[in-house]
Parts: sequence; structure tokens; C-alpha cells
Amino acid sequence: MEDNTKDINPNSSKPEDKDNKKKPVSEGRRDAIKALATVPVLGAMAYGVYKKRKSEVRYNASSEMFRFKSDVAPLPAVSADDKIIRLGLIGFGIRGKQLMQGLGFATPEFVEDLIQQSKKDSSNNAYKDFVEQEDLRVEIVAVCDIFDTYATEAVAAGSNIHREGKNGKLGTPPKKYRTYQELLADPDVDAVVIATPDHWHGTMAMAAANAGKHVYVEKPMTWTVPETYFLRETIKRTGIVFQLGHQNRQIEAYERARQIIEKNLLGKITLVETGTNRNDPNGAWVYPIHPDANPKTVDWKQFEGDPERIREYLDYMTSANLAGYVGPEARDKFSLERFFRWRCWWDYSTGLSGDLLTHEYDAMNQILKLGIPSSASSSGGIYFFKDGRTVPDVLQTVFEYTDRGLTMLYSATLANQFNRSRKIMGHDATMEVGSTLTVTVDPQSDQYREKIDKGIIKPGEPFYTYVPGRSVDAVTTATEKYFAERGLLYSFIGGKRYNTTFLHLKEWLQCIRAGATPSCNIDRGFEEAITAHMGTRAYLEGRRMYWDKEKEEITRG
Amino acid sequence: MDTSQYTKTQLVLLVILRVLIGWYFLYEGLSKVFAPNWSAYGYLMDSKGIFASLFTAIAENPTLLSIANFANIYGLILIGLSLILGLFANVGQIGAIFFLALYYLSHPPLINATYILPAEGSYLWVDKNLIMMSALLVLMVFPNSVCIGLDRFLKKIAQKHNVHNGRQY
Repeated sequence: MEDNTKDINPNSSKPEDKDNKKKPVSEGRRDAIKALATVPVLGAMAYGVYKKRKSEVRYNASSEMFRFKSDVAPLPAVSADDKIIRLGLIGFGIRGKQLMQGLGFATPEFVEDLIQQSKKDSSNNAYKDFVEQEDLRVEIVAVCDIFDTYATEAVAAGSNIHREGKNGKLGTPPKKYRTYQELLADPDVDAVVIATPDHWHGTMAMAAANAGKHVYVEKPMTWTVPETYFLRETIKRTGIVFQLGHQNRQIEAYERARQIIEKNLLGKITLVETGTNRNDPNGAWVYPIHPDANPKTVDWKQFEGDPERIREYLDYMTSANLAGYVGPEARDKFSLERFFRWRCWWDYSTGLSGDLLTHEYDAMNQILKLGIPSSASSSGGIYFFKDGRTVPDVLQTVFEYTDRGLTMLYSATLANQFNRSRKIMGHDATMEVGSTLTVTVDPQSDQYREKIDKGIIKPGEPFYTYVPGRSVDAVTTATEKYFAERGLLYSFIGGKRYNTTFLHLKEWLQCIRAGATPSCNIDRGFEEAITAHMGTRAYLEGRRMYWDKEKEEITRG
Repeated sequence: MDTSQYTKTQLVLLVILRVLIGWYFLYEGLSKVFAPNWSAYGYLMDSKGIFASLFTAIAENPTLLSIANFANIYGLILIGLSLILGLFANVGQIGAIFFLALYYLSHPPLINATYILPAEGSYLWVDKNLIMMSALLVLMVFPNSVCIGLDRFLKKIAQKHNVHNGRQY
């Protein structure tokens, strides 16, 4: 920059003064222009940001209709003054272990494994989540499992009161009972958690209620149709606090979905689509066989089931000409496959209907208050797992709700895991229900006609997305939705992973303390069980099943 | 580089490149200010490649995460302003390269890496972050904010200061 020196040249001669006075001014101006040339870019940015914000505000304003008075209130914390509830656990298999973890108990070996995992991989929060899980103020005072190894493990888990790994300090071990009857006779037990195979659910729940114990029983509620009525009668008569194990009741998004339905934001709903897609042996109930299991360590006699229930089962199967689905092995013949993979046989199981349809149904019953359908028809078969099972691995069940004017479709395969979202389809919009909610307005909607015409709503594009845990209902970004759907946002928001089983157990325990009724009470359970049984019977008999509302009976029409 | 050697076209194109990169940074920063509860959490948790554990560790530590969020939002804004205005452009460019290097290392376009938020193009080893980094390096070896930008004033002040101190510029 040679000429710059001219500006401040002290040797300039006087006669040139006139010129010199002019020059610095124009130089200075040119300098200023060059220095500030890009500043207007900021003005353009400001204008652009202003315009963009304005359009977003308009978009947000259009989501006013999705604003709700209150957020879903989380269950209040357990207080130190709350009464200790003494629990008995029946069944320490796959689900029993998960339920115990939900209550804050696991074997030292299991906790040790979590510790090692978190050491190996710092991003693994399972140990931290388990240790930090709220204390529900319960004691495991009694356990029972008909497989000795599981019973011993259950004792170890129940005594691991400090949630420690190997060599930790243990508390008083729970009493180990050989039979559930003995456990229920124990006056130290206030309430029981039942996580046994399907064919035992109803019998044990009734026996527990009759013994005055509060009951948390895994889904499906019942194995036979007759016991469904007996159980409902028993629970109502005894007045104990009953919770059916549909932990999805605790998914926050479902509650918000219910509010959306209540506000009629989807318009007239005619079709609900749900389903299950799984594609691994574990998902198809081919569970591992424990090496310690043999006729000496497994009480097969107890596994067979309650004689009353077996009679109800065989009565139905023979009267409906379904003997082909019974067995094929004799019920008293010891079998490790049947013991560990019991879900594969009608002799103990309720198949896809009881295991997975019930979850989908209960979710929709929670959101839409469906109740029992007017009819059910099913089809499907054993198309992939030709391993001697009697229950289908592909199932389609269609439930008609003629009073409501809607159909609920359940469609499942155990040999493909493509992700199909649950959809509630209305004349004005469709809601996809998962861990997040997405509402897409229909191009032919009448309710939103004006907004569509004005361009405020773009039909066919997700219009409203609800990400649980967020206090604002504003339209969320695509990024957030992506992360939330894959579960990344949850661990951020609560600082902890979402454990719905823990929440569902907590609700039950808090209801016991307060004398209240849990969300998945006996009436919801009755609806769940009857609906599943209608689907199962429609499949087995190959014809449509109807519900006689007056007589409260499943009929063949 | 002697900036007086640039032709007019060269200078204009260099400035355009600088301003466009600045715009990109500034708006990335502003959009995060306006997004309620914006956090780098999801992005960091989705890291792949050899540095993934470092980035997820940042995400999982609440203190580090809040520092990362703050530094990211205001770093982007300051870098954007620096490049657009041509003020301390060298510092801004170094900062921009640093940020881009972190984005590149946390989400390297590896052969088998798939990210939750899919890229808007198809990349193999080279992605837009890497290209922008090299563009910034070009800007650093072809300085232009001393011609067009507030650095022109700074240079003037520095020159005056040097002259007053009797030093030859």
C-alpha cells in the first residue's frame, strides 16, 4: 500500500496544499466504502431471518389447535413416609427378572455384569439408570419358581437390597416357596407380582385376591374364556388393587394421543391399523433352554396347570372340533422345549393374540376407549417356524366396532421386522402413534379446508409432531423428531432412560397406598382378555366371532 | 501475499467466498438461538469413527454438554460476523476450520457409517465440511479482509501506530 504513505507524508510542500486537502477526503471515503462494503450483507441476513421467523410464527399459530391445557403429570415421587409394601414374586423367568429390576432388585451377578458393561463402554448407562432408579419402598419377602435355579436367583435378587455387584452387602433373603399356594398363605406378603406362563395367570390372580393380596399380573389376563369372568368377579368382590401388566399405559405420548382424539382433531375415524413385526428366534418365542433344567430341577406337575383350567381348555377345544390344536405331546410328558418355549403351544399359551395383539389393543383402547369389539375375524398360519409349534407365526385379526363405525386391523408376522407405524385414520387427519406422535392432515379434509386453501396447512406433510418430555407443544424440527423416535432424546430429557415397567409398577404400588384404582384395572383387563379371546377363537375356528353385549358372551353369530 | 497484486475479479471472488461462508456460519448459529432447547446432544451421541467415544462422553456429561452447546452457538455467530464483516478474519477463519474439523471428525463419511440424520448427498471420505475447510485455507493464504472489510481500518490504525513510533511499515 505505497500510496497510503502519501496521506501522512509530513514533507508535502505548501503549494500543493489544495490538492492535498482534497485527496485524503476521497481516499478516506474510498477506504470507508471498502472497509464497510460487506456490512449490508448483515442487513440482508436480518431481513431473511425476520421473514423466516414470521412464517414460522404463522406455522406455529396454526398449531394452536394442538395446544393442551396441561402436560401429562408424572407420578409423584415416593416419599420416605410411605408405607413399605412387602411383595411376593411368582415366576422369575424372562419377564419376572425384568419386573424385579423395575422394582429395583437384581442378582449380584446381573448388577456385576452391568458394572462391567459400563466400564467397557462409557456410553452404556444401564448400570447408572438401575442404581439411580427411584426407591419404591418395597421389600421382596417371598419368591416362588418351579425351576430351582430361577428360585435361587430370585432369592439372591430379592436380598440384593443395595443393588450391588459381586461381594456386596446383602439384606435378609426372601423366603423361597415351592408352590404359589404356600406363598399366598404367608401373612407377611401384602401384594404379589405374577409373571408365569399364560395358563397360570388367571388362577394365581384369583387365588391371590382371595387371600387378600393385591395383584400385579402379566398380560394377557387370562388363558381360557370362562376364567375371565371368574377373575373379574373375584377382583370386584375382594376389592384388592389390581393392575394388568400393560406397561405401555405409561407411555406419555399415548395420553397426548388420547387428548387429540378427544378434541376430534382427526375427524371421523374409520380405520385403525396396528401390528407386530419381529424377525428373530427370540421374538418368535424360541427362547434358550437353561442347561441346569431337568426333571429333577423342574416341577413339571405344577407346570402342567390348574386342573379346572385344563378342563375348561379341553372342553372348548373338543366342543369346537379343535382337538388338532391340542398337544400334540401328552400334557404330563416332561419337555424342556415346552417348559422354556411354552408360548409356542396352545396348551399353555394364547399365541400372538395374547402375547402381542393385547399390547396393541390396549394401546388403542387407552387412546380411543374402544371397549370390546362387536366382532372379530382372523386368518394366518404357521408359515416360517415349522418347529412343531401349534400357534401361528403370521396372524391377521380384524375387529369391527359397528357402534363406533370403525375397524381395527391387527397384522403380525414373526419373520420380518420392517417398521410399520400404528395409524389412526380419520376423515380430517391421520395420526401415527409411537414413542412420538405425528399428525398428517388429509388433503380432502373438511375441518381444515380453509387452512389448507390459505396455505397454512400443507396436506400430506406431517403437521404436528409431539415429542414427549418437551414442555412446549411447538412444531418440532425434523432433527428432533429423528432423534426422539430412535430414543436418543429420552435419555437426554430425563437424564435417564425411560422404563415403563418401573412406572407401571410404581402406579400400582401408589394405588395400593392410596386405595386408588390403577390405569390397567380389572375392567380394562376384561376388555383386553375378551378381545384377545375373540381373535383367537376366530383364528382357531376359521369363522367370525361376535360379542353379545347384553349377555356378555362370545357368540358365533 | 501482496494483496495489491490481486486483479479486481480475484478480489471480488475471494470476498464473495468469504462472505458466503460467513453467512452459512452466522445463520447456523442464529437458528440455534431461535430453536427452543436446542442441544448438540443428539448430534454428538450419533458420532461414529475413532473419536466417537470422545464426542459421546461430552454429550453425556451435563457440564461439558452445556459448554459445547454454548461454544457452538456463539462460536458460529462470532465466526459468521467475523467473516462477513472482514473483522479479525484470520481468527475467524481459524475458528471456522476448528469447528469444521470437529464436525468432520465426529461424523466422518466412512464407508460403513450411517447416521441418524442422513446427509443430503452421497459422500465417501470427502464431505462438504472437508471442502469448506480447504476453501477456508485458501482464504487464509489469499487474505482479502484488509482490502474489503473492517480489517482495512485495523490495518490503517496499525500503520499509523507504527509510523508514530518511528518504525517503517
